[in-house]
Amino acid sequence: MNKSELVEMIAEKTKITKKRAEDVVNLIFDIMVDAMVKGDRIEIRGLGSFVVKEYGAYTGRNPRTGESIQVSPKKLPFFKVGKELRERVDQVEHKEEKPPQT
Amino acid sequence: MTKADIIEQIYEKVGFSKKESAEIVELVFDTMKETLEKGEKIKISGFGNFVVRQKRPRIGRNPQTGEEIEISARKVMTFRPSQVLKAALNKGASEA
Repeated sequence: MNKSELVEMIAEKTKITKKRAEDVVNLIFDIMVDAMVKGDRIEIRGLGSFVVKEYGAYTGRNPRTGESIQVSPKKLPFFKVGKELRERVDQVEHKEEKPPQT
Repeated sequence: MTKADIIEQIYEKVGFSKKESAEIVELVFDTMKETLEKGEKIKISGFGNFVVRQKRPRIGRNPQTGEEIEISARKVMTFRPSQVLKAALNKGASEA
């Protein structure tokens, strides 16, 4: 599923227009990006949390050539899946294993 | 930041009532959860991809006792941030 499919599903499930749904979906992700840019941690109960980790400068190596290169400081976002979603993602597997009728 | 903060900002910026804003935000996250639960991935351009991966069983080890145990096959969800998100986080800093 991509963002426009998500937008369509939201529009279908509510009474709002596709345009409005698109605005809201875009805004939700923009709000989350802004929070991460500020270094905020985001916690969505049931889904998971986003954390930005900061790395200092270090000397890395090109694994192919062995050449040393200086890696500048950087920030990377990480997502930790929440308990509810982690269990839901894994559970379907076990349900599917049981009925092989179809 | 929590879901409540996102709802508050949607309310301020979109002109829905607080109740409507809450319902839509909940619906977006619920729809995402339902999609991932089905094993389907979600690609949000400019943000990142949420992918469900099938892991095979493997032998793990209790780091405290050294005891070997089988870690069962399972599905896990991973997030791969988009280049756009990574660039946004490093804007200004990486140019130095």
